Amino acid sequence: MPTVSMTVNGKSVSADVESRTLLVQYLREHLGLTGTHVGCDTSQCGACVVHVNGESLKSCTVLAAQVEGADLTTIEGLANGDELHPMQEAFRENHGLQCGFCTPGMVMSALDLVQKNSDPSEQDVREWLEGNLCRCTGYHNIVKSILAGAQALKG
Amino acid sequence: MYEFNYQKANSAADAVQAVNSSDDGQFLAGGMTLIPTIKQRLAQPSDLIDLAGINDLVGVEEGEGSVTIKAMTRHVDVANNDIVKSKIPALANLADNIGDPQVRNRGTIGGSLANNDPAADYPAAVLGLNATIITNTREIIAEDYFDGMFTTSLEEGELVTAVRFPIPDKAAYTKFPNPASRYALVGVMVAQTNGEIRVAVTGAGQDGVFRASDIESALSGSWTVDAAKDVKMSDEGLNSDIHASADYRAHLISVMASRAVAAAG
Repeated sequence: MPTVSMTVNGKSVSADVESRTLLVQYLREHLGLTGTHVGCDTSQCGACVVHVNGESLKSCTVLAAQVEGADLTTIEGLANGDELHPMQEAFRENHGLQCGFCTPGMVMSALDLVQKNSDPSEQDVREWLEGNLCRCTGYHNIVKSILAGAQALKG
Repeated sequence: MYEFNYQKANSAADAVQAVNSSDDGQFLAGGMTLIPTIKQRLAQPSDLIDLAGINDLVGVEEGEGSVTIKAMTRHVDVANNDIVKSKIPALANLADNIGDPQVRNRGTIGGSLANNDPAADYPAAVLGLNATIITNTREIIAEDYFDGMFTTSLEEGELVTAVRFPIPDKAAYTKFPNPASRYALVGVMVAQTNGEIRVAVTGAGQDGVFRASDIESALSGSWTVDAAKDVKMSDEGLNSDIHASADYRAHLISVMASRAVAAAG
């Protein structure tokens, strides 16, 4: 079995995994980071979005071996102890979630948008979310949350 | 997923050798289609040869009257590339609307073209702009490259290394995306290059990308929005599925072509 090594939320990790191990399986089943969700498992819903070398990717559609040596951030890597990340706080303040299943992917995807465009318009946010599906909210409060989170991050 | 061996290639030559020396190996580009296909057990390669670390296969170069995009260049990098944006903005725009941001962060032009999904966007660009596919052994013109749904004229172990696009006088791509997958229900590239008019349609045909010769003739007579919109496309040979009937797709081809003409100017 190949050995994969990477940095996840600032910690170096390494494990022997089967070649066919998906990144999301590695995160959830080997590292216990179950905040990254498996929703559709067909690359459409975006519940599994994580950051790989600073960019958002769908971790259900990438093999762990493909990101050998990469620097990853998952939803667990955002909060500072008990203090939520400003984007997480914005989702709470704006009721940006109902069941919460899609939320980790929404937050990780939103942060990739904000690092490319620190002052997105509502249209920018709605277009960016084409790869993240939500079955509860109707998106309205998610968009509001991301706009508020972007402003909070600008300080 | 069935089991497979995974290896990273250091060069295009290494990759070709690795595929040729395996039982049933396949190149792995961005994996945005291949990984889901393997997950569904629709493919069972013995080996996956990952091209991701090969720097020679990444980048954009401007030539005389053409732009060459190397095979492992990601959609996001085509969309944001200054040469592509200034010389063939229709192509940058097409790349910027493939899938979703996460797919664009990983998927590649070479991977998309080797797969030749009948609803993918890049085939319409290659056929509409009359591009040439460059492989490790030869050059293939667009007309000879696409060979039906998920089929190309690539030989076993032949690797797409780059695509050379002639710079059009004007061009635009418009698609009607499936709202969940973002694949084209119908996508149309219209282009004028050195006086030749081409209209390439993806998403609609049972055999994958094709040229809409009726719209090409109409636009050769009059390059106007109405000329494209007034063409009544036949639904013969078009896909009919839960997303759209053949008749609806036929209608969309004229509408998308007319919008593309409006965008191209």
